[in-house]
Amino acid sequence: MDDRILLSHGEGGKRTRDLIAQVIARHFDNPVLAPFLDSGLLGKIDGEIAFTTDGYVVTPPFFPGGDIGRLAVCGTVNDLAVCGARAVAISCGLILEEGLPLETLERALAAMKEAAAEAEVTVACGDTKVVEKGKGDGIFITTAGIGVSVDGWRPSPPRVRPGDRILLTGTMGDHQVAVLIARQGLALSAPVLSDVAPLAGLLLPVLERFGDRVRFMRDPTRGGVGVTLNEMASTAKARFALEEAWLPVREPVRGVCEILGFDPLYLANEGKAVLIVDGGAAEEILAALRKHPYGREAAIIGEVEAGAPGVRMRTLAGGLRAIDYPVGDQLPRIC
Amino acid sequence: MQLRYIDEFRDPATARALVERIRNDAGDAPVRLMEVCGTHTVAIARIGIRPLLSGAVTMVSGPGCPVCVTPDGYIDAAIALGRGKEAMLASFGDMLRVPGKSSSLEKEKGKGLDVRVVYSPLDAVELAAASPDREVVFLGVGFETTAPAIAGAIRTAAVRGVANFSVLPSVRTIPEAMGVLASDPEVRIEGFLCPAHVSVIIGADAYRPVAEAHRIPCVVAGFEPLDILMGISMLLRQIRKGVARVENEYSRVATASGNRKAQELVREVFVPCDTGWRGIGVIPGSGLRIAERYAAFDAEEKFGVPVVFSPEKTACRCGDVLKGKILPDECPLFGKGCVPEEPYGPCMVSSEGTCAAYYRYGTP
Amino acid sequence: MCLGVPARVLEKSGAAAVVELGGVRREISLMLLDDVSVGEWVIIHAGFAIERLSEEEAEQTLSLLREIADATEIH
Repeated sequence: MDDRILLSHGEGGKRTRDLIAQVIARHFDNPVLAPFLDSGLLGKIDGEIAFTTDGYVVTPPFFPGGDIGRLAVCGTVNDLAVCGARAVAISCGLILEEGLPLETLERALAAMKEAAAEAEVTVACGDTKVVEKGKGDGIFITTAGIGVSVDGWRPSPPRVRPGDRILLTGTMGDHQVAVLIARQGLALSAPVLSDVAPLAGLLLPVLERFGDRVRFMRDPTRGGVGVTLNEMASTAKARFALEEAWLPVREPVRGVCEILGFDPLYLANEGKAVLIVDGGAAEEILAALRKHPYGREAAIIGEVEAGAPGVRMRTLAGGLRAIDYPVGDQLPRIC
Repeated sequence: MQLRYIDEFRDPATARALVERIRNDAGDAPVRLMEVCGTHTVAIARIGIRPLLSGAVTMVSGPGCPVCVTPDGYIDAAIALGRGKEAMLASFGDMLRVPGKSSSLEKEKGKGLDVRVVYSPLDAVELAAASPDREVVFLGVGFETTAPAIAGAIRTAAVRGVANFSVLPSVRTIPEAMGVLASDPEVRIEGFLCPAHVSVIIGADAYRPVAEAHRIPCVVAGFEPLDILMGISMLLRQIRKGVARVENEYSRVATASGNRKAQELVREVFVPCDTGWRGIGVIPGSGLRIAERYAAFDAEEKFGVPVVFSPEKTACRCGDVLKGKILPDECPLFGKGCVPEEPYGPCMVSSEGTCAAYYRYGTP
Repeated sequence: MCLGVPARVLEKSGAAAVVELGGVRREISLMLLDDVSVGEWVIIHAGFAIERLSEEEAEQTLSLLREIADATEIH
């Protein structure tokens, strides 16, 4: 094997077969994928099916706490989990840039394998294409995922009502800050790790136990909790009231936010979920989340109140502030 | 976990007490106070205290948003440098979405213009040192807080001989603008909440001429909630007593005479000049241009790309907002033709522009 | 127009220093200040320390604020 990806690796000839056999197959060694047919045959699946897809283009591909491979598996597993589905199989579409060091690909695939094992999901099929140097950012991964819905629970935004509570499964902004620091353009160093993690093990047992007392859930990725709550408020036609004092944020993430002028509400997360739950069950659900390694810092961050759809927050100073959609990504500012 | 010297100044119980103190001191009509600085505008909006103070205090936002008052001709000049001279443009994030006459840096970046966001002007010097075959132009926008940093970068480049580095300056100074506002009978300010970090550089004494000539109290206040509330309370008490002095709430950092070393560096690299403020017009002596001896680092000189200051589009009432004559929602375009995603005028552009702050944080 | 935050000086070499805020570290320039010592607090803006923060003054301000809070009746 060459030590870099070449165009011929994507052309379907001997090099492609070598790449699959000598690199990809080693990491995704499972009975569904092993024959390397044009499709992965999953057999009969019992239950209602959920289906999702996502593309992963993060730069740099490796950052403290995670990498593009882990992200590619967890992102898709989590999109299924927040809809109440247990991921069964995922696809792995790779778009590689000519000149990508093979070692980078190996590391990403190894990370995918580990994440897939943790999430108990099979990489059932895949594809590899190579684009000319300059036409891709090293490595792009697309995953689609099939899941089976847990019995008796479906996301139900219309059931959100005043008195419901808003729960967040942990601290905000860790992922985006970890990636920002890895990019190095801002010359900051901080002990922040991406929170990228598969959440099915955290969330699905809560659904099985509490049923429709969980109204619905989303994972707050790009745009952060601020954007996700706005989307949820709009979907549920509900009014959310947050308490600034209850928002969980790690100290170094706060430090970065203070220096660069960022608002942690709008920073991306990759291992968190927002849940709207029945007010009466909130404390119990919180306790259940906190028992799990990925939910230790779960918190109630607000509640649903009567009124026009939207999101607002009571500030530390006792004032009231609207939480709206941001305009684009936050940029480091001096003002 | 506490962020030291930040979290203590956010204590909720003390904040409540200060709000109460302000309300207790209220007269029959709300007092009009101007926060000059954009960072104060955003801080006030983010802590959401406007409704808590209504009846006692009306906070009017001033023109202290360097992004807002930078003429659209500046963005056009920057884009021209990027395109024509194939220069790498290095900028604070604040400038990226500001509209020029027809485009913005962000939009041009999408079309291939080389624009880098930096946290420090020194990072721009490093970019230049690392790419000696490219011209690197730093967009030097700011007030007195940032002027020393920009001066420091220019002097560093001079000392190290980084000849491919230059600055397109857009530096303005605050006290002159305060004087113009205080003199305008339509503006009617009863007290100025003065900017924390501008004051750190220029010293609290810099506001004495304004306080004395116009008999308007001036209080230098930090940016944390307790600083702002205490600053407002101090202004209110002066007004009740009928005095007009300069006071310093931010005494843990700001001093009466300011940072002399920083002031000297600014005097070495910059020279005062008359300059235009978008939405307001030309204010004599309110700008800083690069001194002769550093002309080699002045992008306007080096490339012959002048920054043109021209009057605003007529429907836009940013000028009146920036002077505190009207509130954002009194502008006919607010929220209709003019929104943060497609800003018409400067007040809606900047993350700390008055209209942007109102739109994004304001009374839900 | 001036985001500046308090940070503690951890290391110093010539006109540069490494400061720390909440576990976050950055190298900044000391060009604008004289005789800054390790352990002092400074305000950082755009990659520079623009002034010292006086811990004593900070404590005095906080005491004053607490006194005012205690003295103010909440209705």
